[in-house]
Amino acid sequence: MSGQTDMVLVDKKGMRIDGRKTDEHRPVHIEAGVLSNADGSAYLEIGKNKVLAAVYGPRECHPRHMQDPTKAIIQCKYNMQAFSVSDRKRPGPDRRSIEISKIIAEALEKVVLTEMYPRASIDVYIEILQANAGTRCAGLTAASVALADAGIPMRDIIPAVAAGKADGHVLLDLNKEEDNYGEADVPLAIVPSTDEIVLLQMDGNMTRKEFDKALDMAFGACHEIYEIQKTALKKRYAVSKEDGEDE
Amino acid sequence: MQKRNAMSARTIVVPGDLLDESGMDAGNNAYVLNGKIYAGVLGVRNVHNDTIGVIPLGGRYMPTAGDTVIGIIEDIGPSNWLVDINAPYPAPLHVSEVPWKVEFGDTSKYLNIGYVVMLKVLMVDESKKIQVTMKDSGLRRIEGGQLVEMPHSKVSRVIGKSGSMIQMIKNLTDCRIFVGQNGRIWIDGNDNAEIAVEAIKMIEREAQSGNLTERVENFIKSRLPQKEKDDREEY
Repeated sequence: MSGQTDMVLVDKKGMRIDGRKTDEHRPVHIEAGVLSNADGSAYLEIGKNKVLAAVYGPRECHPRHMQDPTKAIIQCKYNMQAFSVSDRKRPGPDRRSIEISKIIAEALEKVVLTEMYPRASIDVYIEILQANAGTRCAGLTAASVALADAGIPMRDIIPAVAAGKADGHVLLDLNKEEDNYGEADVPLAIVPSTDEIVLLQMDGNMTRKEFDKALDMAFGACHEIYEIQKTALKKRYAVSKEDGEDE
Repeated sequence: MQKRNAMSARTIVVPGDLLDESGMDAGNNAYVLNGKIYAGVLGVRNVHNDTIGVIPLGGRYMPTAGDTVIGIIEDIGPSNWLVDINAPYPAPLHVSEVPWKVEFGDTSKYLNIGYVVMLKVLMVDESKKIQVTMKDSGLRRIEGGQLVEMPHSKVSRVIGKSGSMIQMIKNLTDCRIFVGQNGRIWIDGNDNAEIAVEAIKMIEREAQSGNLTERVENFIKSRLPQKEKDDREEY
């Protein structure tokens, strides 16, 4: 959004620098249950982004004063590894990662049935191993798979994807160049069963018409990612077809 | 656990999956939205009469009244102990719920931090406050033996149909085994304890496959020391 470039981000045929069409998201790969010590976990790759999410809980909420006697709280920590970007990222929480942690926790709160565990806390850890724009969406997508993998009761799984504008074109799922030199970035996360929006931000400028188009594309892509999330979860347990659970 | 409809295939559902829209009742781990029933947790679709629900595949152990569990003493108060029973909340064990007469402040003489006890869940109230007791037949402090942990959702497989699996393991290995509903299993025996532990681990690994009792039986028989078998045959 900030930088200037003479790079052609979208060519005359509507092809982007990584060979995608304007309404195409990057290839997504999700794997559930990759860590054995966490209660639930997920590894996600979308394009060059690599994200690891782990979930603990519900467990007793530790800073005692943060407990809520009516429901569980969700504590989220989004963290970028020092090696996740091309110049070394100074480790530790900064303004950006605190913001992202907060919005992801708030999005997850909308789907997790927190009333079932009063006074408890559900801890979500998101580690960005490699970043290439769209990590908050990737992080949220991975976190919701990790939550489901942890067996936490929830209404739905949240998929998230960004849309935006670069080179005068409305694009789906911006990559790093399009994000840096583009005009706008709109991350979106939804509850697929009801199409409710649980996360929506906008950085940059676009017209109302462009915004509507971006939102439409992002909604479509969210539903596609949702299917990938479901497949990843089912794959983990699809060991046998036989009858289980005796007693 | 309720008996499942023999006709229903084993389908895995994820949160948000539509379970039914024909007007069935929502069972465990399912929720209703606009007259349709959706899954509320990752698990196996479960149809029972007119009720559709989900049997969870994982998740934290949530105590219910009447469960027998294995707990580890975590903290000591002047009139109670705090016990870790693998639930999201600590379970306080009051001095009036132990089989001994405990003077005020003498709690640490009876149970100390790290001690392992068998408990029964007395009740769990609305705000998920747990009460446990040791005042029931067979409940006591556990000494010796070893403790195996596994996901509580797989405990029902360790027990088997009306206890068939656990009975078989006990008979073959000659071990004392106590299965806590919270996924902690205590095993004590002489030579065959290791085999029993391995059998339990095998159940945990293969909890989802069929014909498990038979395969575990064969596994234990193959691992039992040959000498003992010969002895038996001689008599």
